[in-house]
Amino acid sequence: MSEQKVSVAKATAAGGDSSPAKPDRSGGGLLSGSVGRNLGLVVALVLLCIVGVITGGERFASIDNILTVLRLASVIGVLAVGMTFVITAGGIDLSVGSVLGLATIWASTLATQTMAGDVHWIVMVGSALAVGIVAGLINGVIIAYGNVVAFIATLAMMVAARGVAEIISNRQTQVVTVRPFLEAFRGNIIGVPKLVWIFALVAVAGWFLLNRTTFGRRTVAVGGNPEAARLAGIKVKRHTMYLYGLAGLTAGIAAVMMLVRTTSGSSTHGQLYELDAIAAVVVGGTLLVGGRGTIVGTVFGVLIFTLLTNLFTINNMSISAQSVAKGAIIVIAVLLQQRFVVRAHPRK
Amino acid sequence: MSVRRARRRVTTPIVVAAALTGLVLAGCTSNTAAEESTTSAPAATSSSAPAGTGTGTGSAPAGTAGGSAGAPATGEKVVIGFSAPAADHGWMGAITKAAVAEAATYPDVELRQAEATNDVNLQISQIETFINDGVDAIVLLPFDGAALTEVATRAMDAGIPIINVDREFTSPFAARTTVLGDNYGMGVSAGTYICSQLGDNPDAVIAEVAGIDSLPLTQDRSKGFADALGDCGLSVSNRVAADFTVQGGETATSNLLQAAPKIDALWNHDDDQGVGVLAAIENAGRSEMLMVGGAGSKNMMDLIKAGDSVVKATVVYPSTQAADGVSLARLIVQNANLGDLQSSGVPRTIQLFAPVVTADNVDQYLPTAFES
Repeated sequence: MSEQKVSVAKATAAGGDSSPAKPDRSGGGLLSGSVGRNLGLVVALVLLCIVGVITGGERFASIDNILTVLRLASVIGVLAVGMTFVITAGGIDLSVGSVLGLATIWASTLATQTMAGDVHWIVMVGSALAVGIVAGLINGVIIAYGNVVAFIATLAMMVAARGVAEIISNRQTQVVTVRPFLEAFRGNIIGVPKLVWIFALVAVAGWFLLNRTTFGRRTVAVGGNPEAARLAGIKVKRHTMYLYGLAGLTAGIAAVMMLVRTTSGSSTHGQLYELDAIAAVVVGGTLLVGGRGTIVGTVFGVLIFTLLTNLFTINNMSISAQSVAKGAIIVIAVLLQQRFVVRAHPRK
Repeated sequence: MSVRRARRRVTTPIVVAAALTGLVLAGCTSNTAAEESTTSAPAATSSSAPAGTGTGTGSAPAGTAGGSAGAPATGEKVVIGFSAPAADHGWMGAITKAAVAEAATYPDVELRQAEATNDVNLQISQIETFINDGVDAIVLLPFDGAALTEVATRAMDAGIPIINVDREFTSPFAARTTVLGDNYGMGVSAGTYICSQLGDNPDAVIAEVAGIDSLPLTQDRSKGFADALGDCGLSVSNRVAADFTVQGGETATSNLLQAAPKIDALWNHDDDQGVGVLAAIENAGRSEMLMVGGAGSKNMMDLIKAGDSVVKATVVYPSTQAADGVSLARLIVQNANLGDLQSSGVPRTIQLFAPVVTADNVDQYLPTAFES
């Protein structure tokens, strides 16, 4: 399957964007050739659920608890969708957590200033998204046009964005009391929290973008072989810039969700979330070396980690043991992927 | 001693000038420090006496300069180095603010602030810099007490008194004086208050949202809480640990609420993360419990005063500790005594009180509450 994918990537690189749409092109098909890849994740998820039911019983299996897990997964999930694109293209974005924090501060500052009464909550949402996109595009420009390694450029943004957030907020938590804003995102639609709907929308949009559009094909091509992609006429630099802008946008969306969940903006929001997002993406089956991405896998990855935390808490178990389990899951998942890397990149 | 002080007075104005002068000065101070450390090495003092402070023990008797009740309005110039963790939450921000404000009230104190950091390596090098600069005293709130013990001991050996704030070192030789909040006492206060509210219900479900679990202070709080609850036959049924941040409080509490469908009382260790804890309780639409906070933020006190939320009390953990550290450092360097105490010299350990704030007494504590 992966060999087929590579040939597709090469075909894409060689023939521009005209290759026929194959559902399993990027290993993210919902019901197609990637079933085998995602099967492992499904099994892991089912195993966790079985353990949960055995140990937690009614408390674990309740609708309320499942919705709580989904709500907790939403913020990391949205970040991870953006991260999937960046990693598929062979990059990495360490700044999303900090950018999320900065965006929450930007929006909560609007809400807590004296003019708060005049600011419609749409402006808060808009500004959070704008902060995310701008920070992402700055990353993209530095990486694509400044030829700085993604790891370094986004590391710089990670530190700087956190710093700006601290300066703006004076390192204080700003509690948002704008009722219309909270009510717009709180509560349920058809029994499911609005935040979960947002996550679902972002995931579906991400899946569509990666698997059904030229943009997605180009992303895979750039990650598989940037040189071939360039020769095939893909504007690699511009595309790279857009990708980081997209990751920034997801950070902005996640910031709005964070504002609602915690009713506050804080410069500490999003700390270490970039690592959680990267872990979820990698466990989901997206290759860190680029050239293969799966949104479905990413969603599974996020759910596995969130379920794990929930499971440990329900059973009143220690946080430390949970960290060990998390580490083990990451290593096992990556070990399982090794053979795919070898096949996908025979020269590496 | 007096020779060194005279020389310091002459050279202080130039300290900030050329690096060359600084080097020469460092040479002077390190020489005198070396002389002093021979007279005040821990070995030279009896085991019960405080470790050498560079004033007193070995050479001149302490407590001669300052007289008895309080220090003079302005004594000799005191240079104090100050290092604390990054103000990544309100309480820690308030710590630094209060320390700087306290230093500003003394015309004879020059406070040198190291950049706030949560990186113990950086904090260690900051203390090393203070030692090389030959400051008169160091007020240190370590990110991790154990990790900073060795460098603090080196400062003490170099004749620079260390005032250890909030997070304790692991060696008695690492600090001249220690100012502590009462972490164990916070737990006791919270537990005792919950006992007074629920003591007649032996089946009460008690939940606990701790801070960073790896810190000894968190362990102390939890132990105090468990001990106090034990006194009235209650115990913690569900415990989660967060990380002193709003997001951590929200995440941990969301899961906790699922683990415990009905909670009678919940103690949250830290009011900063309390914003998130409260958000999770609101998100889950739960209101059956009585929530007690910790630290004493203005936020929580306002809620207690309003009386329309689940927050009924909070336990104070003073954010004025480092400010107290600064004034103690000044007294130690000037060989003065503490307030109305009769004994010579500043005490070795000062532990602050952790009162319970409820609707009845909230007005008394609101002025000293910190902005979260």
